[in-house]
Amino acid sequence: MFGSISSAMITAILPEIALLILAGIILFTDLLLPKERKRALAWMTVIGLILIFVVGVIYSRPAGDSKLIWGGMLRDDWLAFVFRMIFIFGAAATVLFSVGIESLEQKGEFYILLLASTLGMNLMASSANLVMLYLAIETTSVPLYVLAGFLKGDDKSVESGFKYLLFGALTSTVMLYGFSLLYGMAGTTDIYQLAASIKVGEIPEGMLIVSLFLVLVGFGFKVSIVPFHFWAPDVYEGAPTPIAGFLSTASKAAGFAVLVRVFLAVFPDEASIWSSVASILAVASMILGNTLALAQKNIKRLLAYSSIAHAGFVLMGVAAVNELGVTSVVFYLGAYLLSNLAAFGIVAVFWRVVGSDEIEAYAGLSRRKPWLALGMLVALLSLAGMPPLGGFMGKFLVFAAAVDAGLVWLAVIGVLNAIIGLYYYLVVLKFVYLKRSDDEGKPLPISRASAIALVACIAGIIFVGTVLGPWFGWSEIAASALF
Amino acid sequence: MQFPILSVIVFTPIVTGLLLLLFPGERKQAIRITALAASTVNLVLSIYAYLAYEIGGPRYQMIEKIPWLPKLGISYHVGIDGISAPLVLLTGVVMFTGVLISWGIDDRPREFFAFLFILATGVFGVFVSLDLFMLFFFYEIAVFPMYLLIAIWGWKVTREYAAMKLTLYLFIGSVIALVGALAMYFTAGMQTFDMLELEKAGFSLGFQQLWFPFVFLGFAVLGGIWPFHNWSPDGHVAAPTAVSMFHAGVLMKLGAFASLRVGIMLLPEGAKYWMPVAIFLTLVNVVYGAFIAMVQTDFKYVIGFSSVSHMGLVLMGFATLNRNGLIGAGVQMFSHGVMTALFFAVVGMVYDQAHTREIPKLGGFVKRMPWVAIAFIIGGLVSMGMPGFSGFVAEFPIFMGVWRTRPWIAILAGVSIVVTASYVLNVVRGVFFGKMPAEFEGHITDVNVLDKIALVVLCALLIGIGVFPSVMVPLVESGVDSVLGLLGGA
Repeated sequence: MFGSISSAMITAILPEIALLILAGIILFTDLLLPKERKRALAWMTVIGLILIFVVGVIYSRPAGDSKLIWGGMLRDDWLAFVFRMIFIFGAAATVLFSVGIESLEQKGEFYILLLASTLGMNLMASSANLVMLYLAIETTSVPLYVLAGFLKGDDKSVESGFKYLLFGALTSTVMLYGFSLLYGMAGTTDIYQLAASIKVGEIPEGMLIVSLFLVLVGFGFKVSIVPFHFWAPDVYEGAPTPIAGFLSTASKAAGFAVLVRVFLAVFPDEASIWSSVASILAVASMILGNTLALAQKNIKRLLAYSSIAHAGFVLMGVAAVNELGVTSVVFYLGAYLLSNLAAFGIVAVFWRVVGSDEIEAYAGLSRRKPWLALGMLVALLSLAGMPPLGGFMGKFLVFAAAVDAGLVWLAVIGVLNAIIGLYYYLVVLKFVYLKRSDDEGKPLPISRASAIALVACIAGIIFVGTVLGPWFGWSEIAASALF
Repeated sequence: MQFPILSVIVFTPIVTGLLLLLFPGERKQAIRITALAASTVNLVLSIYAYLAYEIGGPRYQMIEKIPWLPKLGISYHVGIDGISAPLVLLTGVVMFTGVLISWGIDDRPREFFAFLFILATGVFGVFVSLDLFMLFFFYEIAVFPMYLLIAIWGWKVTREYAAMKLTLYLFIGSVIALVGALAMYFTAGMQTFDMLELEKAGFSLGFQQLWFPFVFLGFAVLGGIWPFHNWSPDGHVAAPTAVSMFHAGVLMKLGAFASLRVGIMLLPEGAKYWMPVAIFLTLVNVVYGAFIAMVQTDFKYVIGFSSVSHMGLVLMGFATLNRNGLIGAGVQMFSHGVMTALFFAVVGMVYDQAHTREIPKLGGFVKRMPWVAIAFIIGGLVSMGMPGFSGFVAEFPIFMGVWRTRPWIAILAGVSIVVTASYVLNVVRGVFFGKMPAEFEGHITDVNVLDKIALVVLCALLIGIGVFPSVMVPLVESGVDSVLGLLGGA
């Protein structure tokens, strides 16, 4: 069914092929290495991912117009490309943050699951067919269920894995039902032919909206927007911290990539409806996420609720339904990924030494480890949307997109929510910079791997926030693939 | 290409701040000297920029323009006009004196100066920016470090509360103004954030009337406009001395300046429509602020509320929308900036010795700290608007301008002059004269030479402008002319 396989088709999926090969290499090396040298696996994975990133940027950039490849299963376009690079970067940072946490770094399967999940995300971002999309989502999710429950000795982690599995299985079933309705109405699973077929078939709009909502359940779960957010705080809290960071960034970005692609391609005539739905959900996510974050005592739960709020901000860009809107979505997700990875990374570093995720435990951090405190400052301020950091431009763009689309009220609610966000990030920083503690004199070693990842993230945050052009250029060209 | 003086002024502080973070924390003296060196460079450059501005030349001078994000029409675009040139100088002066006065800070001076300098970059950036996006970018950089500076190095009793209150107030203001700015951008449809272009956008009357209050008030919050002034006295009091100086001296000008630059200059018709309301709000500022200052017993709260009152005069001058009022407001921004920096410096010096700021518990400090007492009296005379001091040069035109639009407002606002005299003299008598309480005898020592340099610099400016108004007034006037041009030559 593929016809002849051309070399262009191969180079287009070179990163995915390489991911699979890398996973295989890790699998075999794991068998050969003695226990005390397993940390080498982490470095192999990271170097592999960096190579894949470089190779991807050089060889897999879409040439010319967007086109369907592999029999219409995948779409070779800039949106897919940009998101795939985001995922690979996220995976590399996650591995680096896991170095030093013995229960993760010593296990070969940890790396393999992470790579499999990344592969799934890459396919999610490029899927052009409902069947392929569903498979990609499951390829992403199943390893993540395992990873969330990876700390077998820790009840909270096991609970986290189960909760994620149950919620994920339920929502993906509902979404699959939506897919099947779409197939039934249109007679095709090709995302880019669905809209035309539906029009030819004169399907009643009510049916279409039902399927829209069913599909939204699945995507909403992935990006953790209200009312599909219940899993996030518990799962983030229990999951190993680097994995929580991965879940809240790469996995969320993958969800949004799919969401904008499917909605724009399949439901173009219902744009006004899902724009209103997205606006309402954006408001609900921002308000609920931010308000509940105010009450948190645990840093991971705080970041979980804040990530719900961030999903709300991104949805504002979706609700704008224009090219600037999608551009802002991509830009925001990139800046958010860097900031949130850095924040979770610092939490992981801190937890490894101190053994606590309570916000109170961060008291005196600026005296104990000024550089780590400064990293926290940059990461949280970027999340709060403060210049000259990436988060500022992200927020600026989503507000701009909302105003451009005439949703001034949404932008106003958005900016007020940004203030609430600022408040709770400041509360954390107050502990870091202001409060004293008895542990100030104790050392807080940072592993070299974590330091590299942190520096990369922080440098990225500042770069994206000051030299606006390059990342905006990528975001814009990615958005143009959908219009 | 000419020497990019404004960019150097804007980026010297932040680069120095980041460099300071690389110092080992215990090398405190090296950190202080580096900070002083950088602030001296900035002072010299800002004096040069001030003097090099040619009155009668092009409206904006020393322009630099580099595309930043061309696709959205964002550029790095800086330049100064007759209104912003004094403010750049003011920032240079306050930064220099602020560093001198903060010499004694012993808790993490590295971080202190780094945050202070990041803030300074934000302030310079706002004053010179000609691009709306850039203005917001620097505006928020200027506001945020304030939180850390107050919360970490502030007065222990209220610092957390005051820092949070200040930050939230200012951000609510700025983000609401941001939505207004975005509305302008898309309504103009010119694909540019360049303010010089947006001035020509010709927004409809309805649009201007709708958005003016949001944009103007959003920024005026930082200018301390009533009823959104509440953060300001608390913030001033809780902040460490140098930060109070920066805050009242420069940051409040940032709010006033931005509400002029973005609110009045880009939405002139809206400004005309809302002018009566604005002038009423600022009247409350002027009179109410002065009365509240009069009943305070805490030395620093007196100064804090006097700032609210005097900033009210600046905004009132803007609200008149006529030549006299605007010129007065322009000079008042500079004069009040220097004066209030001086006041807060004095408060800090007294408090460092006495460890209390309650006026009834103080007294007789003139004998031990003569320099400080004289400096305060000079500041007090400026504050009362005495001829021969810069306060007169600034306030007299403001009252003239107000008289021309609403004489009865000028009369009511005039009450504040009397009240100001009352609280200033009360402080002079209670703190510097009278009998020194027994517990201070022998414990009070005079300030060191660095503090004296700072006081002399500030006082010299206040007297200099009072005696030779021509060093500033024609400059400000040239800036005001272009504002009046936008307002239709009123």
